[in-house]
Amino acid sequence: MVNVVYFARLREALGLDSEEVALPQGVRDVASFTQWLRSRGKVWDSEFAPGKRVRVAVNLEMAEQTTNIAEGDEVAFFPPVTGG
Amino acid sequence: MTVRVQTGDFDISAEILQLRRGNPKIGAVACFIGLVRDINENATVAEMTLEHYPAMTQKALSGIVDEAKQRWDIMDILVVHRVGTLKPMDQIVLVVVASAHRGTAFAACEFIVDYLKTRAPFWKKEQTEKGACWVEARDSDDDAEQRWH
Repeated sequence: MVNVVYFARLREALGLDSEEVALPQGVRDVASFTQWLRSRGKVWDSEFAPGKRVRVAVNLEMAEQTTNIAEGDEVAFFPPVTGG
Repeated sequence: MTVRVQTGDFDISAEILQLRRGNPKIGAVACFIGLVRDINENATVAEMTLEHYPAMTQKALSGIVDEAKQRWDIMDILVVHRVGTLKPMDQIVLVVVASAHRGTAFAACEFIVDYLKTRAPFWKKEQTEKGACWVEARDSDDDAEQRWH
């Protein structure tokens, strides 16, 4: 399983703060995981569409599109940060 | 080196005194305080809520502090970031850097703030007369961070 968490505007838009998902077949990095989320359709498709500014962290480290995702990982999706 | 995330306010005099702890080798202390403004994007801000990613926040801030330590000869660093509901004029964030000389203290303090703005997982939501809205990240913050590469 992969623990997926959502924050801020994205959490509100999706109406979800976290979920456990079975790692889908063929999903091995941030890019393919994001593509899989989009395939859920509707708000998932629009919120993760290209051009939407979504940042990703894998196991509490900021990640890139090519960062690997594996069983047991925590994957976080959120808008660009605005602290400070 | 200390990193804290808290809902309560902080007292900069007490924090700086604690950081110095009578260390006579410290010749300079630089300090940055971020505050809640009452206006943003032409709307009056009544209140602001700061959300964060608790599991990641400490790690991200500690990583930024460690990177500053590698770049400069620093004696001590304190970062305090508040979360929860804040009002205009409230203090949001405190960065204090103690070193032997001012150049190091100023540079490291600015570096930490610039990195924190683009890498620490905090998000601001403002309550204005036009309703609630999430603060958008600024490109100028990315530019400020890029200067250090």
